[in-house]
Amino acid sequence: MAGLFYAALFYFATAFFVGGLAYKIYKYAKTPAPLKIPTTPAPTTQSGVVARMAREVVFFESLFKGNKWIWLFGWMFHVGLALVLLRHLRYFMDPIPGVIVFIQPFGMYAGFAMAIGLLGLWGRRFFVERIRYISNPSDHLMLALLVAIGGSGLMMKFGAHTDIVAVKNFVLGLMTFSLQPLPTDPLLLIHLALVAVLMIIFPISKLLHAPGVFFSPTRNQVDNPRERRHVAPWAAELDKS
Amino acid sequence: MAADFQTPEFREYPAVPNKLVPDATAHLSPFVAKPDHNEKLGFPGELVDNWHDKAIEKMGDLLGKYRGLQVFLDACVKCGSCTDKCHYFQGTSDPKNMPVARQDLLRSVYRRHFTFAGKYFPKLVGARELDREVLDEWYSYFHQCSQCRRCSVFCPYGIDTAEISMAAREILDTVGYGQKYCNEILGKVQTVGNNLGLPGPALKATMAEFEEEMEDDTGLPIKLPIDVQGADVLLITPSADFFAEPHIDGLMGYAKVFHEAGINWTLSSYAAEAANFSMFIGSYSNMKTVAERIRTAALDLGVKRIMVGECGHAWRVAYSFWNTVAGVGSGAAEDDEYGQKLQKQLDHRYPIPQHICEFTHGLLQEGKLRLDPAANDHRTVTFHDSCNVARASRMGDKPGGQFDIPRALLKAACNNYVDMDPDTIREVTYCCGGGGGLLTDDLMEIRVKGALPRMEALKDVMQNQGVTNMAAICAICKAQFAKVMPYFDIPMDTILSTHQIVGDALVLTGSTQETALDGGDDSSEKTEEAAEATE
Ligand code: HEM
Ligand code: SF4
Ligand code: SF4
Repeated sequence: MAGLFYAALFYFATAFFVGGLAYKIYKYAKTPAPLKIPTTPAPTTQSGVVARMAREVVFFESLFKGNKWIWLFGWMFHVGLALVLLRHLRYFMDPIPGVIVFIQPFGMYAGFAMAIGLLGLWGRRFFVERIRYISNPSDHLMLALLVAIGGSGLMMKFGAHTDIVAVKNFVLGLMTFSLQPLPTDPLLLIHLALVAVLMIIFPISKLLHAPGVFFSPTRNQVDNPRERRHVAPWAAELDKS
Repeated sequence: MAADFQTPEFREYPAVPNKLVPDATAHLSPFVAKPDHNEKLGFPGELVDNWHDKAIEKMGDLLGKYRGLQVFLDACVKCGSCTDKCHYFQGTSDPKNMPVARQDLLRSVYRRHFTFAGKYFPKLVGARELDREVLDEWYSYFHQCSQCRRCSVFCPYGIDTAEISMAAREILDTVGYGQKYCNEILGKVQTVGNNLGLPGPALKATMAEFEEEMEDDTGLPIKLPIDVQGADVLLITPSADFFAEPHIDGLMGYAKVFHEAGINWTLSSYAAEAANFSMFIGSYSNMKTVAERIRTAALDLGVKRIMVGECGHAWRVAYSFWNTVAGVGSGAAEDDEYGQKLQKQLDHRYPIPQHICEFTHGLLQEGKLRLDPAANDHRTVTFHDSCNVARASRMGDKPGGQFDIPRALLKAACNNYVDMDPDTIREVTYCCGGGGGLLTDDLMEIRVKGALPRMEALKDVMQNQGVTNMAAICAICKAQFAKVMPYFDIPMDTILSTHQIVGDALVLTGSTQETALDGGDDSSEKTEEAAEATE
């Protein structure tokens, strides 16, 4: 019963996540940036832009310039999240590739880094007046959701273990459209339900910052307006009148 | 100083963020444009009856035209990195002057009308309906943003509040709720050719006066030519250079440099304005109309090069947008008739447009200018990076040239040069407080308060390093500083044009200064020959 419900939930969540994200990315890609607005000093070549973007995405360069505490907690959370996600690939693959096996132990510590980062970010929303002012209920809920996902995960790892072989069978079953039984430990059910919720709200929330950063004209444009005439299609129409 | 507000106190530790004072500047709004001002620009004269629907419709239109707006409204995670970075927040402590909170004034309505969460769970995500109160709040706080982009430097996604406030102002204009200062001026530039509404003959008379002054000063017939057909260089400079102090001295500085370089240059009475306030109101079509006057002037006069005088937002428009909106630049596609028409005429061995500082710097590097820094020994100079030059343009061929080139000029022209606190210059420079269409008396309070961080940094080097003058390369900065410095007990003539300092050090061939320096009649004869040779 639980298996059936969760299978349906994950099919829906995945479809919504992929479809929603694809729609948003399509929209970002299709909307023109009619003017050259990189925040300067900006790279003057395309490869320079790739390097700038890589520094933003991997090191959060601008955030580092802006605020060391947010950077520290934010970066711990994201790196932790990335490692944890990679670690989870073992549930989706059989056999498990060497790299994924290799990062398993790091992924464990990453879970804690992620939790500490999240709690630090959350704390700022309560204790720093400026950030309290700009926080909406949804900003708190988002952190609560991630803390709950991370917390339930860590509790399964270090407390009430679940049958991960069965979980893997269930997941592989989902991928091959053959329903397998799902263990019914409450922690696991909570963990999985919350992950599905996260996937569903991803394309309709501020989590769009993840694809968004790549489309930000202040960061992804080459600084060459004098050398090349840059005209958006709707703007080119105005040349004709 | 008689004012109905308090000049902010210098802070002991400027790095410590303010305590919030909600609605501290909620009462500030610039004068609303008259029907006549709005209509000239193609906007409704007064607030239209169905303003709500029209505003939402315009927002949708802009979301489809500007990717930046769409991404910026979606991507903010409310991390808080930008919250303490705005000079208006620092000077007022009003939380709505925190960049992200300023964006949220618009974002809340975006969420209500354009997102799933905002439609069905408005309270959860802070979505709001656009009512009259919200509209007035937009009018107030989007005119407390100088579009300086300082916040965008620190945002992990480069969210640029300047873009948001431009969009907001365009929506306001579209429903007939324009700002008087910007719209009135834009009307003048589109009919007369400059922000002042100064007609051609008046301009010529003024230039003749300056020529006399320079001749008295140097003994040389230095020209300020206007409408010279077939000149090589067209100089587009802010009209403040024709009437305001210290701007005029900068203009004379350019003229001296041109004279010494032996360049055949001209101003245009048809396009006697580098400023383009259309950027401030976010209007692409008006920006194009105003910039096309320069295109037309260049075509009519048949010039080969186009240069721009000292002005911050104008340099942004020229450097970043002229090529796009008017084809003033290089690299138009083969089949781009509009772009090709002008570009065929221009000499692409030079950057187009070229900043006057790039030009002077180039001459200096080629050894074509003789500077006597001792002429500025009575000064210790610092440099104010103007926000639009610093964060929205470039000079030279390397990123960051916009910081190094003006400094190189100043260091060559004076022996005593000092930089202000590194947290207040270059990429993270603070706005003067009067940019973005705020340089109007009805916004004096926000102008003074927003000047606080810059005034603190300046006062610091004045007290501790003996700085006597601050040089700038922006007409708005110069006018703003001359006006607000007295509020902070800093003499208004502390602010100078960069090309004034260069001009003061420039030893013109054959000038009285050269004679005084080199002494003896022989050498002055020799240099007179040299001067003739360069003509
Ligand atoms: C391209 C990938 C990504 C980049 C570059 C990125 C970057 C950032 C940065 C710089 C911040 C601000 C600092 C902070 O508050 O942590 C942030 C916040 C956040 N990110 Fe990401 N992120 C990415 C992907 C993700 C993903 C996949 C999630 C999925 C859950 C996520 C969840 C969050 C959340 C919840 C916050 C807000 C934290 C808070 O409320 O303070 N991010 N992100
Ligand atoms: S652009 Fe400048 S004035 Fe506007 S919010 Fe950002 S820092 Fe403040
Ligand atoms: S720095 Fe950028 S993402 Fe962070 S709160 Fe400000 S605008 Fe939002």
